[in-house]
Amino acid sequence: MTASSPIIIKGLNHWFGQGEARKQAIFDVNLKIAPGSLTVLMGPSGSGKTTVLTLMACLRNVQEGSVTLLGQELLGAEENQMVALRRRAGVIFQAHNLHESLTAEQNVRMGLEVHGKGDVAQQSLAAKHILTQLGLGTRINYLPSSLSGGQKQRVAVARALAPNPEIIFADEPTAALDKESGMTVVKMLKDLGRLRGTTTIMVTHDNRILELADRIITLEEGAVVKDENI
Amino acid sequence: MSALLTRILGRMPIGWLQLVHNKGRLAAALAGVAFANILVFVQLGMLGAITATTVQPYSLLKADIMISSADSNTLEDGGNVARQYMLRALSVPGITAAAPIYIGKLSWQVDERRSSTLMAMALPVDAGDFISSKLRAQFLHLALPDTAIIDRGTRGGSPEIFDKITLDHPVVYELNNRQIQFVDTMLVGAGFTSDGNILMADQSFLHLFANRSSSAPSHLLLQVEEGASVARSIELLQQILPTDILRIRSLADAQADDSSYQTTERPIGIIFGLGTLVGILVGLVIVYQVLSTDVADHLKEYATFKAMGYGQPFFLGVVFEEALILAIMGFIPGILASLGLYQILEAKAGVPVDMTAARAIVVLLGTLAACTLSGAIATRRLARADPADLF
Ligand SMILES: Nc1ncnc2c1ncn2[C@@H]1O[C@H](COP(=O)(O)OP(=O)(O)OP(=O)(O)O)[C@@H](O)[C@H]1O
Ligand SMILES: [Mg+2]
Repeated sequence: MTASSPIIIKGLNHWFGQGEARKQAIFDVNLKIAPGSLTVLMGPSGSGKTTVLTLMACLRNVQEGSVTLLGQELLGAEENQMVALRRRAGVIFQAHNLHESLTAEQNVRMGLEVHGKGDVAQQSLAAKHILTQLGLGTRINYLPSSLSGGQKQRVAVARALAPNPEIIFADEPTAALDKESGMTVVKMLKDLGRLRGTTTIMVTHDNRILELADRIITLEEGAVVKDENI
Repeated sequence: MSALLTRILGRMPIGWLQLVHNKGRLAAALAGVAFANILVFVQLGMLGAITATTVQPYSLLKADIMISSADSNTLEDGGNVARQYMLRALSVPGITAAAPIYIGKLSWQVDERRSSTLMAMALPVDAGDFISSKLRAQFLHLALPDTAIIDRGTRGGSPEIFDKITLDHPVVYELNNRQIQFVDTMLVGAGFTSDGNILMADQSFLHLFANRSSSAPSHLLLQVEEGASVARSIELLQQILPTDILRIRSLADAQADDSSYQTTERPIGIIFGLGTLVGILVGLVIVYQVLSTDVADHLKEYATFKAMGYGQPFFLGVVFEEALILAIMGFIPGILASLGLYQILEAKAGVPVDMTAARAIVVLLGTLAACTLSGAIATRRLARADPADLF
């Protein structure tokens, strides 16, 4: 169990700004995440949730302490190691960040192409398959501009899930959505995660999502103040 | 198109999709590239016309070596050459014949309202061997005093005027205030420094140019024995003639020197050369502007791709893909429009402006290079696409 923990954080500190303006945002965070679990990060605005998530997801350089993602130390990691690790993880942002000139299917294929596995036809098939699973079977060739907010976010989820990542990081994936489509997206994440044994770390304010979580970690002013297993 | 590019690139043609998504920007970019191409093509077309018109008069001559004064860069300019050097040149083994050539500018009063500047070329009547074979027979008719063969390509002339001129019915015109019979026509063509050409015997020339003397021709023409080395003959000539005041070159070299002088040292050539540079710069700036705006507009998407595990080579690939598409798609309307402009220039300026395959290829390669360079500069902005900034 310990050995296969996808994320281990020890003594993590983080600062923003330079010189006089330099300000500590994260204070001595220590965490060990269980594989296949759905962990929720919560806390008030500015408490450091996004900062911790991006540090774990290899999207920000670790300054002090140790973060081990999928067995790799991130402190002082090389750019090419970081690129390789990012390919093993799926990221879902608050904003969907779909590419405006690509169709739903093409956006999902971008998540597959980065791995270079399979030919165009296979990737296209896989993309259609997961979009259909997410209820977007009739929207495959639509550009993001002709999709609703919920549909766009579901495409983003499909893009993150399609390559079958070992771990998923999601930062308020439902923030831009109405309650109903927000719940749909999270349920899908949860179901697909359970089906595949994917570990999921999610930042959210949404109380209803908490019911689905295996573990809830609360941050305040850059430090973990509460850590509950459900 | 998309499928073809997918095949070529081995990945989704993001650059292409991005370009066609914003049709307005694509149209502007293509218009820009085409415009730069047109600028460059027109300038090169004019430079080509300078070269073509510069070498036209040389085609009348048949000689291996030309001796000119040291300050002579073209057929017309520079000092005269003492005729006496002809005899010394003839003493060099391998040199079989020599002839003086007299060159001068004169004004032809075509009618009451029009006059054309002609470059007059004159050789002794017995030097017919130095005239190109297709004109030699006609040249022999110039033995009659005050006769000349006029260039049908002369700007300001017209077919009606030239068609009237025949051996049986010469037409008399006034040149430099002297009556000259036009006994025949030839086709050489107008140039940038004269409207046309006129060929005559040396005696007629000397009548027209009172201040010129038969002992001081403009150049000396030499012919070399069949099979002998022109280069070797030039070496020998350089040993016995004063090279500080004379320029001894093969006629082909003289012609090449003349065109390079016209295109790189005379203002007209320099202007067109600079115009070419301006065209290239305009293209660079437009493509850079389009690509860097495109990168800036997609920074969020690029950052997302980075977060998904795409590395720098992918982004460079996308920008270069866009650059090459712009280069090729802009080149096509560019060259088509240029071909049209060439027709107009040729009709209006009366000089030959022709598209050559070599020029088209060079401009295409140049466009590809310029677009790639712009792309390379535009990608500097990509470094700013930091995935952490997305949250
Ligand atoms: N790029 C940055 N530059 C400077 N300070 C930053 C930066 N990003 C975050 N911070 C600061 O770090 C602290 C933690 O920010 P973080 O974004 O992690 O909070 P959060 O818990 O995600 O908040 P929210 O719920 O509003 O998203 C805040 O005080 C914030 O002002
Ligand atoms: Mg946040």
